[in-house]
This record gives sequence, C-alpha cells and structure tokens, in this order.
Amino acid sequence: MTDRLELWLVIAGLAVGSFGLRFVFLGLVGNRPMPEWLLRHLRYTAVSILPALVAPLVLWPAATGGEPDPARLGATFAALGVGVATRNVFAGLFSGAITLFALMAWLG
Amino acid sequence: MTTTAKSAYWKGVRDAAPFFFIVSPFALLFGVVATEAGLNVFEALAFSVAVIAGAAQFTALQLLQDDAPAIIALVSALAVNLRMAMYSASLTPYLGAAPLWKRAFVAYFLVDQSYGLSIGTFERHRDWSMSQKLAYFFGVVSPVCPFWYVFTVVGALIGEAIPPSLGLDFALPITFIAMVAPMLRSLPHLAACFTAVSASLLLTWLPLNLGLLAAGLLGMIAGAAVELRTMRGHDVAQGEEAEA
Repeated sequence: MTDRLELWLVIAGLAVGSFGLRFVFLGLVGNRPMPEWLLRHLRYTAVSILPALVAPLVLWPAATGGEPDPARLGATFAALGVGVATRNVFAGLFSGAITLFALMAWLG
Repeated sequence: MTTTAKSAYWKGVRDAAPFFFIVSPFALLFGVVATEAGLNVFEALAFSVAVIAGAAQFTALQLLQDDAPAIIALVSALAVNLRMAMYSASLTPYLGAAPLWKRAFVAYFLVDQSYGLSIGTFERHRDWSMSQKLAYFFGVVSPVCPFWYVFTVVGALIGEAIPPSLGLDFALPITFIAMVAPMLRSLPHLAACFTAVSASLLLTWLPLNLGLLAAGLLGMIAGAAVELRTMRGHDVAQGEEAEA
C-alpha cells in the first residue's frame, strides 16, 4: 500500500462517516421525544448487536483458520456463565480470560 | 463538578478500568498491523484518533492491504461501524437533553465499551441527573480512549508481530460477552440475544457486514415483541403483533 492519497482519503472519510453515525441520533434527535415503539426496540440494541457481532468470532475464530476451538468456546461459556450469575462485568471478563489461557496452555 | 457528579465520574473510571487491559493490547495490535501494512507512526496514530473504532480500523486496513479500491475499504469499514448509529439512538433517551457540544463529545467517544457500560448503568440508575450521567460516561471513557491512541503509537513503534498463540484475537469477544451477560436479566432480553445470535450465524454470507445489522435488527424486534407480550398480556400483544 503505497498510495498515500488513497490512505488519507480513507482515514478522512472514516473520520467523518464514523462521527456522523455516532452523532446522528444524539445530535439531531436530542431532547425531542421518540415514539414508544421505537424506544421499545432500542431497549434491546445492546443485547442484540453485541452478541450478533461476537457469535461468528466465537464459533469460527480467524486465529484458528475458522475452525471451532475448545479454548475459545470454553472462555465464552465461562465469561457468559459467570457474568450472568454475578451480574458483574469484570468477574465475567476475568473468568473468560483465565479460562482461555488455561485451556490454551492445557491443550497446547 | 458537584459531589454526586464526581462520584459518578469515579464510578465510571472504576467500572471501565478492567477494559484498559483489553483495549490496550488491541490498540497495540492495530499499531503493529498498521506498520506491517506500510503506515508510518503518524499515519497509524491519525487513523486511531480520527476513527477511534477498532473493528472498523482493522477492516479498512485489511482491505487497503489487499489492494481493494479506497471506496470499498471506506464503505466496508463504515458498515462495520453502523452499529454506532444504533448506540447513538439507544443513548438518546438518556443523554438527548444535554447541550449540543457535550453531545458532540459523547458522540466522538461513543465506542463499544463506553456504550455497553453506560447503557447498563443508566438503566439501573433511573434517578441520575444529566450531570451524573455525563460524568459517568466520561469516567468510562477516561481509562479507555486515551490509551487507544497511546498504545497505537507503542504498537507502531514496536512494529513486530505479536505471536498469535497469545490469544489476543479473543480479547474483544470476551469483552463483549462480559458486558452483555449482566444485561440478560429478563425474558425479552434473552429473546433478543438468542434471536440475534442465531440470525448472525445464519446470515454471515451477506456482503458488507450486512448480516450483523440484519441480525441486530431482528434481535431488537424479537425483544420488543416479547416485551409487549409479557408486559401487557396475551390479548393486546397479539393485536399489536398483527399490526407490526
């Protein structure tokens, strides 16, 4: 990749575009009330989009060439189980990381 | 800052502190990959400051490295970032009343971690004032975003491959799982999550990351539908469902 102009066009375009996406509702809707049906859907944004983003990465991690991997699956279940049980983000995070390292070391 | 705002700020810092250990290696990795792709330190840093979104940055870089046209790299990376618009909409009921310039700062610092922690906390603390909510948000940002820049530079300076055996690729998924797990506290939330995960796995063949967005929307529809059913009783829900 040697074309500097192209690189800077992408960086600038991404900067403007990403800010636009982040600002569109916060900035333009602001304090105006949103309809109840929309709010009802927005309540489930986080529990929909984040798991949807993660699911393929869990089942088909790029690091193993897309093959399901016991260490990453184990880490997923640990983070999820402990997170649900304790309602604590850090406890889930810690359990997932420990499980990942332990299983990777154990399975080689 | 008032006392309550100050304590909300520090609560945000404490809640987000563990993410330092997730975001920093991820930024380091971006710096390394950027250098390998031929970017200099300044270009790598400019990328991180301008975009401040890991997944989109990796996507754009990957495509540029594969000699894809700039417009394809741009559109694909923005598609990865479309979820930010959903975050923006989701936070608007809580932060929409803040002054415009503060909302602009919130928008710039709206990343997965600041959104995930803030929305969870705002839902639990309905009595918080605007200054408390904003203080919390920027508290969460403090141990996360500045280090995104710093470790991009460190990674670009090191410029050596980090061994994949370290499992760093999985830092991001574990983060998201740990953030979502405590939110799975009701039937509608479970329905949204289950639907989104199933749809996401079935729709990976869609181009430009559209599968992710479709899965997210389907999850939100499922959550809203189950909420109507469980909250207002069977009869009303059936009527509303027919209309939806």
